Amino acid sequence: MSTVDYSQELSVVEGRPSLRELDDLISKPLESKPDKKFFIAISFTGLMLLTGITALGASFIYGTGLWGNNNPVGWGFPIVNFVFWVGIGHAGTLISAILFLFRQKWRTGIARFAEGMTIFAVITAAMFPLIHTGRPWLPLYLAPYPNQHSIWPNFISPLLWDVFAVSTYFIVSLIFWYVGLIPDLAVLRDKAGTKVKKTIYSIFSLGWRFSNRHWQHYEMMYLILAGFATPLVLSVHTIVSYDFAVSIMPGWHATIFPPYFVAGAVFSGFAMVQNVLIFIRKIFNYEHIITLKVLENMNKIILLTGSLVGYAYAMEFFIAWYSGVQAEQFTFINRAFGPYAWAYWIMISCNVISPQLFWFKKIRTSIPIMFVLGVLVNVGMWFERFVITVTSLSRDYLPSSWAYYTPTITDFGILIGSFGLFFTLLLIFTKTLPVISIAEVKAVVDGAQPTHKDH
Amino acid sequence: MSEKVLYALTGLFETPDQIIDAAEKTSDGGYKKYDVNTPYPLHGMNQAMKLPPSKLGYAALVFGLSGTVSALALMYWMAVIDYAHVIGGKPYFPLPAFVPVMFEVTVLSAAIATVFTMLFVVFKFPNNSHPLHDTEYMKSVSRDKYGICILAEDEKFDENGTLKFLEELGATNITHQYFTEDSYATWWSVLDKKFAGILAVTAIATSLVVYIGLNKVLYMQPFSWMMEQEKLNPQKGSVLFADGFSMRNPVQGTIARGDLPYEYAVDPEGASKLVNPLPITEANLQLGKVKYDIYCSPCHGFMGEGDSRLRGQFPNPPSLHSEKVRDWTDGRIYHVIAMGQNVMPSYSSQLSRNEKWATILYVRALQRSLNAKESDLQ
Repeated sequence: MSTVDYSQELSVVEGRPSLRELDDLISKPLESKPDKKFFIAISFTGLMLLTGITALGASFIYGTGLWGNNNPVGWGFPIVNFVFWVGIGHAGTLISAILFLFRQKWRTGIARFAEGMTIFAVITAAMFPLIHTGRPWLPLYLAPYPNQHSIWPNFISPLLWDVFAVSTYFIVSLIFWYVGLIPDLAVLRDKAGTKVKKTIYSIFSLGWRFSNRHWQHYEMMYLILAGFATPLVLSVHTIVSYDFAVSIMPGWHATIFPPYFVAGAVFSGFAMVQNVLIFIRKIFNYEHIITLKVLENMNKIILLTGSLVGYAYAMEFFIAWYSGVQAEQFTFINRAFGPYAWAYWIMISCNVISPQLFWFKKIRTSIPIMFVLGVLVNVGMWFERFVITVTSLSRDYLPSSWAYYTPTITDFGILIGSFGLFFTLLLIFTKTLPVISIAEVKAVVDGAQPTHKDH
Repeated sequence: MSEKVLYALTGLFETPDQIIDAAEKTSDGGYKKYDVNTPYPLHGMNQAMKLPPSKLGYAALVFGLSGTVSALALMYWMAVIDYAHVIGGKPYFPLPAFVPVMFEVTVLSAAIATVFTMLFVVFKFPNNSHPLHDTEYMKSVSRDKYGICILAEDEKFDENGTLKFLEELGATNITHQYFTEDSYATWWSVLDKKFAGILAVTAIATSLVVYIGLNKVLYMQPFSWMMEQEKLNPQKGSVLFADGFSMRNPVQGTIARGDLPYEYAVDPEGASKLVNPLPITEANLQLGKVKYDIYCSPCHGFMGEGDSRLRGQFPNPPSLHSEKVRDWTDGRIYHVIAMGQNVMPSYSSQLSRNEKWATILYVRALQRSLNAKESDLQ
């Protein structure tokens, strides 16, 4: 084994590419016509999106009776999918804000892409509560505006907090993403070949001129935004968990929910980012920017959050026993051994057992294996939300109202459509904006920073 | 086209160390209005240029805190002053439940304010007509060169002297950057006709879309399906029935649940024959007391003495303890309750049959309380 000199910080970008090479490499997808592979990919995701649109259209015409939602399981797929997608959206801000505050330089290569995924995931997620209300054209009623009913929203309802949390999260993520893009758009402006492109990039780069008097404020602004986004990202899934925890359903009414949901969100978000990055680095030749080391670091975070989630599962059982509440105890035994045991054990094996394989360095650094494990994590996390939502509702306090929830084909159509929407947006993103932050990567290349040797 | 004016002298450097050195020497040389342009922020540049620390944090603090306060104030006004009502048995002002919204509004306003202050107040963006735009200099520093730019308006600036200064620093590609008066004029052209026109069109279009959306589109199909259902409403016309009404008369002889027709409506004496069907039990008396206190006591008084809370505002009702009323049969009292008497209206819509009889039991009990018989003592 070779010895590593830990006194020197290892470079996060391999091979010392010149700054000009980085520009050209990162902006290449924007300057070349999309190839055949891109069209195959986008027609596939487009087809998925079309499936979702068809299912949604049918739901609008014939009503939400097409879904499996019914008494007592009134939440069903729409809420499961909502929580799942909001969770996916948590990796982006975590990478761009929390890892920034911790000075993790390896985040520079993946931050932009993860932020983009956050925005698309939140868009996808926001669709579900809207359609679940059954009247998606009246979202304005959620906002506190002076209206003809002369009433105000209920500010002590977690569902309203959710509206504020998710919309704040979306706006702040969008701002974060956009200010990060400004210097890169200015690079593209100066590289642009055609007049149309130049005009568009000029408008959106706002006239950025790489001035150090600006960079100084820009870095301060980035720090402030990261400082605000860090508690924000933790608050969003906390509030999503309040939707459950503030109610009195057995299996939901638990104080462990906020940290447990946040850990789960980071867990699934990182798995999704890792999965997509594996393709991005290969297709666009970014292997030296998004290095194997970056993927390995992400796998370590997946291992950490996966273990937290596993701990939370165990703790839920313990608290159910320790509380001495019969309904609570029944709910958890019902989860593991009742009619939804199949979903529970899928969740346990995907979320608790499979990420434990990342303890081995060989597995952590093997791309095919980590890809499969990432997919499993997301399957597991989807089932976690399914288990939480459906098992508690289907067997509540009143045995006479118990019923087995069965999703319909329309439900699955909308679920497929949500993946279609997310991946279509991602594909368009890779072709319209730089998926790696040019300015940030340039700043961490070897030799990019002054040595200050004369001081 | 007006005349070209010298804006600045620019020079390029190859490495970060060189530019840091150049920036230090420029600021030591007494130049104030100069800038360094680099493709990414350089560590140590702020010290080299002797820039004061950024004050953006204050914008975040002020706007963040005002977000917190206004969120709290707004929720307080809505939940306590404007439309106070109890939700889920909670107090009107449950502070812990307001914390999530306060937090989110704080983050939102601080984030937006910081970025907007930076872009629009500090940088005065958007500004695409800056003299350095589209120059070869800008195209170099946006990619891999490090540039320095000394402005002509600086007090120490002197075309030849500064040119020499830059050469001494080791700069390459030293260029004179010019601007025309025209481009200066458009630096803050918010009131430009074109811009104002676009703004007006956008404002009108947005208002129209919102107005039509909220007032017209929402009342069109399919959004109105919930309201326009294929069912008959009481006041609506109908093509189904010959008379054109959707409301039907009940089948002859129909009576409402629990409601038997009262046959002595015009025959008070006939009603005297009615017998109270209720036995004297505690439950019946209790029911009678509740109903009496609600419906009878406002005029007759809690004790039936006619000493009501409404005394003086209406003709005073007679005492229920008079000999006349004591001698009435239950049926006769029933008639008064059912049909009313003098200014007293009928209480048939308020009291069901059984409730009327229970009330009569209670009235009897009240009467006995003032005119007890000797046998009651035993």
